[in-house]
Amino acid sequence: MSKQTNGQSKGAPYVRIENVTRKFGDFVAVNDVSLEVQRGEIFCLLGGSGSGKTTLLRMLAGFETPTSGRIYIDGQDMSGIAPYDRPVNMMFQSYALFPHMTVEKNVAFGLEQERLTRDEVRRRVGEILDIVKMGQFLARKPHQLSGGQRQRVALARALVKRPKLLLLDEPLAALDRKLREHTQFELINIQEQLGVTFIVVTHDQEEAMTLSSRMGVMNQGQIVQVGTPTDIYEFPATRFVADFIGSVNMFEGKLVEDEPDYVRIRCEDFGGTVYVNHGISSAPGATVWVAVRPEKINIARHPPAPPAGVHQPGAGQGENVVRGTVKEIAYMGDMSIYLVQTESGKTVRVTMPNVARHTEDRITWDETVYVSWHAESPVVLTR
Amino acid sequence: MPRFSAQFGRRVVLGIPTTWLIVLFLIPFIIVFKISFSEVRLAMPPYAPLFEWADGKPVAVRLNLSNYSFLFTDALYVSSYLYSLKVAAVSTLFCLLLGYPMAYAIARSQPTTRNLLLMLIVLPFWTSFLLRVYAWIGLLKSNGVINNVLMAMGIIHEPLTMLQTDFAVYIGIVYSYLPFMILPLYSNLEKHDATLLEAAADLGARPVTAFLRVTLPQSVPGIIAGSLLVFIPAVGEYVIPSLLGRTDQLMIGRVLSDEFFANRDWPVASAVAIFMLGLLVIPIMLFQHFEKRTLEAHK
Repeated sequence: MSKQTNGQSKGAPYVRIENVTRKFGDFVAVNDVSLEVQRGEIFCLLGGSGSGKTTLLRMLAGFETPTSGRIYIDGQDMSGIAPYDRPVNMMFQSYALFPHMTVEKNVAFGLEQERLTRDEVRRRVGEILDIVKMGQFLARKPHQLSGGQRQRVALARALVKRPKLLLLDEPLAALDRKLREHTQFELINIQEQLGVTFIVVTHDQEEAMTLSSRMGVMNQGQIVQVGTPTDIYEFPATRFVADFIGSVNMFEGKLVEDEPDYVRIRCEDFGGTVYVNHGISSAPGATVWVAVRPEKINIARHPPAPPAGVHQPGAGQGENVVRGTVKEIAYMGDMSIYLVQTESGKTVRVTMPNVARHTEDRITWDETVYVSWHAESPVVLTR
Repeated sequence: MPRFSAQFGRRVVLGIPTTWLIVLFLIPFIIVFKISFSEVRLAMPPYAPLFEWADGKPVAVRLNLSNYSFLFTDALYVSSYLYSLKVAAVSTLFCLLLGYPMAYAIARSQPTTRNLLLMLIVLPFWTSFLLRVYAWIGLLKSNGVINNVLMAMGIIHEPLTMLQTDFAVYIGIVYSYLPFMILPLYSNLEKHDATLLEAAADLGARPVTAFLRVTLPQSVPGIIAGSLLVFIPAVGEYVIPSLLGRTDQLMIGRVLSDEFFANRDWPVASAVAIFMLGLLVIPIMLFQHFEKRTLEAHK
């Protein structure tokens, strides 16, 4: 949570959500959420289905009213302001293009609601369609376009009004994988070109990681962590976040030693002691969880050499290492995933990049191996 | 073998309605069409044969066009046709104005209430159509329910003449045909994607603009289907104008029945019927043309 306020030096937040709650009957869709988004950011709300991310987005657009709490956009209180009076545009997950209108008419629709001359409307429609590279499809109807083309038209239609804030609901969900990757970078380019603030809702962590300058992870109606993608990945605040973003090995343990610059945790479930070179503030004997990312774990036939000063200043012999048997290997091309079962029965997931093309002496099934990690790799979680 | 049985099945499925239409529609139509070119005769049947037969071969055809030209010489027919078209058009318009908001409300209501409302729309069909039109006489006549209530409340002092007026015919037709407008409109409006209205609002369109530019254009097929279902039977409507309508101005359905049964002039009656059919085929063809265009647009 430490990086949450790193944007405050840039001045007043552009979007401010204050203690917003939204209930549907007994169900609390959004539970006391407070959030600030800066001008020009791409902010991603990441969460599973039912986490409240879409409800939060719809409240920003004005389609839902908060049960309590307030939303400010550019300093203006949005309570009681109808969707058609908000300086906000939305790109819908289904794109919601008007099926009876051509591409040109769809994009012009928003401008026609303002008092603009016909030439001005035509000029701006042409401009924005050129930006999304759909200039030659003016006369097409939505059903004559591919999924990717529809996505561009939907984006153009939302951007043509030059909104202060663009809301994107699962913008890439309907695209296939290759196109999605390509479109991600294009979205970022367009955002930088036009300087619009983006708030993106997605359930796809990869999408959130590549798109966002900052992101908020939502669970059960609450924002559990806000930070840059690196923050969230490397320093997850809770077990939920660690588990939700990427894959992780989670060991439950008891705090044995807690000093300002290191901790020792006894983990019965993998049968070893974890030494971490940063302190946490918790009482000895407390139950904690150790999270280690699979790519930060090393796998070898022999136990790692005794601590050689710099890397593991305090980890003693037999700490941060465990012996096990290789149960599964999944070859992914760029890397391989190893599932190693420890003698205590815990399965540890390890990923190794396939640096060399031919390795004669590759670790294989049923081999006894040692998995180990550096003292700085694990994250200790208390909740 | 399976190919044969599939083909056989297809023939049966298509054959039943085809036979039905040929026996009960096409053949009677040809008979009526034939009679419309005959001369009237005081005999059984009351018209002259079209062909003269000798030795089993037709030797002469007496095609008589005077029945059709007669329709345009007697003012009765022209004014009845025009009056029928006017009544049907005005009734259709009122059905649309009343039915559209109702269909819209039903389509936008909760699924449970929606079924109840749809049942209420269909409920009148459980009573005889004739009975319901008779009921309107009881409501509209000089000492009927409406006049009695208005007089008792002191709003009027003399009974209003409502029965045997255009007003009564409109009431009767709109009341009877409203479900035929509502149901196709509902089935169209119910399919509309609600997010399109959100998108319109998001782009700055107020609810009225969003309705006019998004909902209305997409409901045109429903409007056309409903209007045809009301307009076509309303043109030939016989019962409602006979029971509720004016005596000095007949609708074409009444003229048709009078020619057949009162005058026993089958050839003119047939000509009236054929010409009416021609009048009604035009809007149907327009509709089909439109359907084809929208179908092509969605390919």
